[in-house]
Amino acid sequence: MSKGGTVDAKVVFLILTFSISVLGMLAFVVALIQKQVLVPASAAKSIFGKNEVGHSELDAKSRMSDQWKTLDQSAKIPILLFMVSSVLWLVLGSIFGLLVSFKFHAPEFLGSEALLTFGKLRPLHLNIIAYGWLSPAALGVAMWLVPRMTKVPLQNVKTLFAAGVIWNIGVILGCVGLLFGLNDGLEWLEFWWPFKILLALAGAMVAIPLFRTIYLSKEEHLYVSMWYIIAALIWFPVLFIIANSHFLHSGVEQAIANWWFAHNVLGLWVTPLGLGIVYYLLPKIIGHPIASYQLSLFGFWGLALFYSQVGMHHLLGGPIPTWLGNLSVVMSVGMAIPVITTAINHHVSAYRHFHVLNESVVLRFIVFGAMSYTVSSLQGSLHSLRTFNYTTHFTHWTVSHAHLGLYGFTTMVLFGGIYYALPRLVGRNFKHPRLLNLHFWVAATGIIIYAVGLGYGGWLQGKELQNVNGSFEQSVRLTMPYLVVRSFGGTLMLLSHCLMLYNVFSILRPEKEAVIK
Amino acid sequence: MNKAYIFVLGGTSTITLSIFLFILVPRLQVSEINKDAVSAQSPYTENELKGRKTYIDNGCLYCHSQQVRDPVAGADKAFGWGRASLPSDYIYDKPHLLGTMRTGPDLSNIGSRQPSRDWHHLHFYNPRLLVSWSIMPGFPFFYEVATSSESPKPGAIRIPGKTDQWIIPSEEAENLVSYLMSLKRDRDPVKASEATK
Ligand code: HEC
Ligand code: HEM
Ligand code: HEM
Repeated sequence: MSKGGTVDAKVVFLILTFSISVLGMLAFVVALIQKQVLVPASAAKSIFGKNEVGHSELDAKSRMSDQWKTLDQSAKIPILLFMVSSVLWLVLGSIFGLLVSFKFHAPEFLGSEALLTFGKLRPLHLNIIAYGWLSPAALGVAMWLVPRMTKVPLQNVKTLFAAGVIWNIGVILGCVGLLFGLNDGLEWLEFWWPFKILLALAGAMVAIPLFRTIYLSKEEHLYVSMWYIIAALIWFPVLFIIANSHFLHSGVEQAIANWWFAHNVLGLWVTPLGLGIVYYLLPKIIGHPIASYQLSLFGFWGLALFYSQVGMHHLLGGPIPTWLGNLSVVMSVGMAIPVITTAINHHVSAYRHFHVLNESVVLRFIVFGAMSYTVSSLQGSLHSLRTFNYTTHFTHWTVSHAHLGLYGFTTMVLFGGIYYALPRLVGRNFKHPRLLNLHFWVAATGIIIYAVGLGYGGWLQGKELQNVNGSFEQSVRLTMPYLVVRSFGGTLMLLSHCLMLYNVFSILRPEKEAVIK
Repeated sequence: MNKAYIFVLGGTSTITLSIFLFILVPRLQVSEINKDAVSAQSPYTENELKGRKTYIDNGCLYCHSQQVRDPVAGADKAFGWGRASLPSDYIYDKPHLLGTMRTGPDLSNIGSRQPSRDWHHLHFYNPRLLVSWSIMPGFPFFYEVATSSESPKPGAIRIPGKTDQWIIPSEEAENLVSYLMSLKRDRDPVKASEATK
C-alpha cells in the first residue's frame, strides 16, 4: 500500500469517507439518546389543520381546503410547469415504450429508419421516463407538499421556475443528442454529460429553495414525509455527480459505479419521494393519522441504511468481487424490514377506512401504489437471492419487476399526487371526475397485464437459459407470446396517459362563467 | 431550530458509507487483482473503437450482455459463450458494456465463435436471412444494395437466395464488425508474473 503517491491518495479518501460515515452514525446515536428522534404520537396529526381530523379532504373548493390556500398556491406557476411538462413527457415516453415493445415481436416494424431503430428508442424511453416524467413529477408534488408540512410558503419562486425551464431544456437536448450519437453509453446515464450538467444545475436550483423553506420552518417536529424528501434531496445530487465523473471509472469498476447509481436512483431518489407522497396523502384523504407513527421511523432509517447498499444485486454472477455481491444480497433481504413496517403502516391505515376508496379516486391511485410498493419490493428481495437471481437475471422478469416498481408504485402514486394537487393549485375541481376514475382502471389493468404476463414469460426464459441441454433459440421462442401480451398491456397504459393529458388540460382551462364575470 | 438537521446528517452519513463500500473499496481491490493479470482482451485499435461507439449508439447493449457466468449460475458455457468473465477482461473498456439483458446471446467471445465477417454483415443487414427465428432488428441503413450479376465492388456480399443482389458495407458496418471480431474473451487467464516467464 505504501508504494506510489496514487495509492496514498486513495487511502486518504478511504479514511475520510469512513470517518464521515462513522461520525454521522454517532451523531444519529446521540440524537437518539437525547430523544430528538423518538417522536410524540401527536406529531402524526401535524398534517391536519383545525378540526380536520376525522374529515376527508376531498373537495378542492371546500372550506377545509381554504385554510391551506395561501400555502398551496405559494409557488403555483413553477409547480404547474413541473407537473404539466412531466405529463407531456410521460405521453411521449410511453409512445416510445410501446414502439419498443412492438419491435420485440415485430422486428421489421419501423426497422429501416436509422433514427427509429430499437437501440435509439429504448434509451429514449428510459431516459424520458426517468428524467422527463418521474423526476420532475415527483419534484413537482414534493414542492407542493413542502409548504403544507413546513407551514412556510415556498421560497425563491422565480428560481424554481427557471429550474423547471432549464431542466426541460436539459431533457430535450439529452434526447435529441441520443438520436445523433451523443451518448455516454451507460445505462440510466445515457445523456451526454454537458446536458447532464444542465440537469444538475436545475436540480440544485430546486433543492436550494426547498432547503431554505425547510430552514425557515418553525414546526417543532417535521412530519415523516419531510424526512424522505430531505434525504432524497441530499442523496440524488451525490449519486448523480459521482456516477457521472467519468474520469473516475473504467472497466469493471465503472460497471460497479454504474449499477450503484442505477439502483440508488430508484432506491434513494424515486422511492423515498414516492413514499413521502403516500405518507402525506393517505392519512390526509382518509382523514385519520397514519396507523403507527413510531413504526414509520423503522421504515425510514431501515431504507436509508439497507437501500444504499444493495446496488450489486444487478451484477450477481458477474466479474465483481464476491463479497460485494453478497453484501448487496444481505442488504436486499434486510430491506424486507423497512418494507414490511411501511406496508403495515400503509395498509392498516387504508384498511380501517376502506370506504373512502368509494369516494376518492386519488386514494385509489395511492392505495394501488402502496400495494405495488409492497409487492415489488418483496419480489425484489426474493430475486436478489443468488439461486433465484441466477434464473431471473438477464431476462424479461427484471423488466416486469421494473415496471411493477416504477409504474405500479411510483407512477400510480404520482398520478394521485398530481390529481390531488392540481385542483388546489388552480382553485377549481375537475370537470369530469369520471375520466379520472377511467384513467385509474385502464392504467391499473394495463400494468397488471404487463407485469404478470411478462414476469411469467421472463421466468420461462430464465429457466431455458439455465438448461444445459436447451438452446438459446428456445429461450427466444418461449417468450414470444408474452412479448405480445406486454404490448397489449402497454397499449392500455398509453391510452390511460392520453386520458390524463386531457384531464390536466381541461382543468387548466378557466371555466367559461369565470371569464364572463 | 427544527429537526431537519437529523435527516441531513443521517442522509449524508448513509450515502458516504455507501460510497466507501461500493466505490472506493472495490476500486482498490479490483486494481489490485488486475495488477497481476494479463487481459484476455487486447487493446482496441482505432477502427475497433469506432465500431464500439456504433455498438453503443445503436443500443446493442440493451439486448446483448458481455459477461459470462460460472456454470453454477446458468448454461452460459454449454451455449458456447466461453469461460466465466474476470475483471481483467475489461481493462480497456470505457464505457463498460457488460449489459444486463439477454434478449440476444452473450457476445464476450463472438470474435472466436463467429469469425466470418460476411456472416456478420448479412446478419446485420437482415438477421432473418440467416436466422429465421431472430427478433434482432436489422440495420439495413448500414448497407447499400446493388443489383448486378457480378460483384459490383470489392467487399460486396451476395444476398443468399438472390443471384444479382449485393450488399455493400459502409465504413460504419466494417468498423462494427471489426469491433465484434476483437471480442475473444475466451482465452485462458494468465498471471502477469507467469506470462513473462
Ligand atoms: C432487440 C434485441 C437486439 C438488439 C437491439 C440487437 N440484437 Fe443482436 N441478437 C438478438 C437476438 C435475439 C439474437 C439471436 C438470433 C440471431 O442470431 O439473430 C442476436 C444475435 C446476434 C449475434 C449473433 C450471435 C451468435 O451467437 O450467433 C450478433 C453478433 C449480434 N446479435 C450482434 C448485435 C449487434 C452488434 C447489435 C447492435 C448493432 C445487436 N446485435 C443488436 C437481439 C438483438
Ligand atoms: C406504454 C407503456 C410502456 C411500455 C409499452 C413500455 C415498454 C418498455 C419496453 C419494451 C422496455 C424495454 C425492455 C428491454 O429492453 O428489454 C422498457 C424498459 C423500461 N421501462 Fe417501460 N414501458 C412503458 C411505460 C413505462 C413507464 C410509465 C415507466 C416508468 C414509470 C417505464 C419504465 C421503464 C424502465 C425503468 C425500463 C428499463 C427496464 C430495464 O432495464 O430492466 N416504462 N419499457
Ligand atoms: C426491497 C426492495 C427491492 C429489491 C431488493 C429489488 C431488487 C432488484 C434486483 C435484484 C434487480 C436486478 C435484477 C437483475 O438484473 O437480475 C432489480 C431491478 C430493478 N428494480 Fe428492484 N428491487 C426492489 C424494489 C424496487 C422498487 C420499489 C422499484 C421501483 C421504484 C424497483 C425498480 C427496479 C428497476 C427499474 C429495475 C431494473 C433496472 C434495470 O435493469 O435497468 N425495485 N431490483
